[in-house]
Amino acid sequence: MNGSGSSFAKPGHTPGPPLWLLAELTYRCPLQCPYCSNPLDFAKQGEELSTAQWIEVFRQARELGAAQLGFSGGEPLVRQDLAELIAAARELGYYTNLITSGIGLSEARIAEFAAAGLDHIQISFQAADEEVNNLLAGSDKAFAQKLAMARAVKKHGYPMVLNFVTHRHNIDQIERIIELCLELEADFVELATCQFYGWAELNRAGLLPTRAQLERAERITNEWRDKLAAQKHPCKLIFVTPDYYEERPKACMNGWGNLFLDITPDGTALPCHSARQLPVQFPNVREHSLQHIWFESFGFNRYRGDDWMPEPCRSCDEKDRDFGGCRCQAFMLTGNADNADPVCSKSAHHGLILDARREAEEAPLALDELVPRNVRASQIICKG
Amino acid sequence: MSEDIQQKIPVLRRGFRFQWEPVQGCHVLLYPEGMIQLNGSAGAILAEVDGERSIAAIIGDLRARFPDVQGIAEDILVFLEVAHERFWIELR
Repeated sequence: MNGSGSSFAKPGHTPGPPLWLLAELTYRCPLQCPYCSNPLDFAKQGEELSTAQWIEVFRQARELGAAQLGFSGGEPLVRQDLAELIAAARELGYYTNLITSGIGLSEARIAEFAAAGLDHIQISFQAADEEVNNLLAGSDKAFAQKLAMARAVKKHGYPMVLNFVTHRHNIDQIERIIELCLELEADFVELATCQFYGWAELNRAGLLPTRAQLERAERITNEWRDKLAAQKHPCKLIFVTPDYYEERPKACMNGWGNLFLDITPDGTALPCHSARQLPVQFPNVREHSLQHIWFESFGFNRYRGDDWMPEPCRSCDEKDRDFGGCRCQAFMLTGNADNADPVCSKSAHHGLILDARREAEEAPLALDELVPRNVRASQIICKG
Repeated sequence: MSEDIQQKIPVLRRGFRFQWEPVQGCHVLLYPEGMIQLNGSAGAILAEVDGERSIAAIIGDLRARFPDVQGIAEDILVFLEVAHERFWIELR
């Protein structure tokens, strides 16, 4: 389907440049967060790209216009060549972001990355209290290490984003989470309610907060925003709501293949982190140039434009605004990636979203019932 | 804005980077996981922010380069005020 000579570019449709490049350097990770966005079958993915292959990806993407580069994973710190990759990316003119759990970080490595030109470090936390954090992370030492590394990041002069993935078991601590972020002098705080992809989808019944939990958290966040504005405090709070409580779908990724380019550890190019699960063939940087991948490949053109849309999207006057929502969510919930995102109240499958909301009220799972993201679970779930 | 403010030296906030992006055909301001695409005048003003010169010096320079633009001092002050409110720059 994606031979290098053929072009699947859509006449009359010009995609935007891939301004955001996400380099998922590895699926290896010392933590086991049950809401990880990595694919369920990560344990059977192919060999990681080499240092030289990654640098070539950075060079080609930069030529296409990529300006932001995220080093992610898995845990990107397990790559021993990370400082080398940072230096190469910075040299090419990228704004370089390290997106890490903080596990595997040390003051020596923070200084090494600073010398390589790293622009920013984002550290993710699982909770604001040690016990819940370590239970979710599947590690006894995670919380103390994260605190120490957040302080070290600021000491070395980096801007810092702290990211808390929130869900029904930690969202009620939102005030403590915000206070902790301010104590640690975060410049930006992402309070991101779980998005249900990968392991989070598997564990949804144990993660989706109730509407009342969500509304309370949003109210408290807004009160803190007012407080910070009154103090002319530079810290910005970013609150991400789960689309399960919306009536219209999100404009996922600002449109298919229109802004965001994800390269997975083995070099597969995707228009979003979770698209690999779709029954669509995606190209690999080992076989094709990014120019071909972005503009001409079958995978990146599959859901561009709107000629693929069935009803109710086809005749909907909002289709240019939300592009029919998320293809992965349509696929996971309805079995057909062409369908309207079930979040939309016009979708024939919207009942699935209503059922999930009801489950959050009536039959949630406990913290210790969540399936941890690890190699063993991946191999059991995805046999063969 | 008072004379006082004009003596201040604007400097990009730590972690913010200003650069020209050929593919987008504009200057941008990059920051953690974000990017602001700047219009021509915003780009011209931020290009003067070097952490050494005062607002008064920047106004003087741009006025000399664009003598035909009416009210340029006011435009520069308004933009820098917005940039300061949004924490893109600090005034020292």
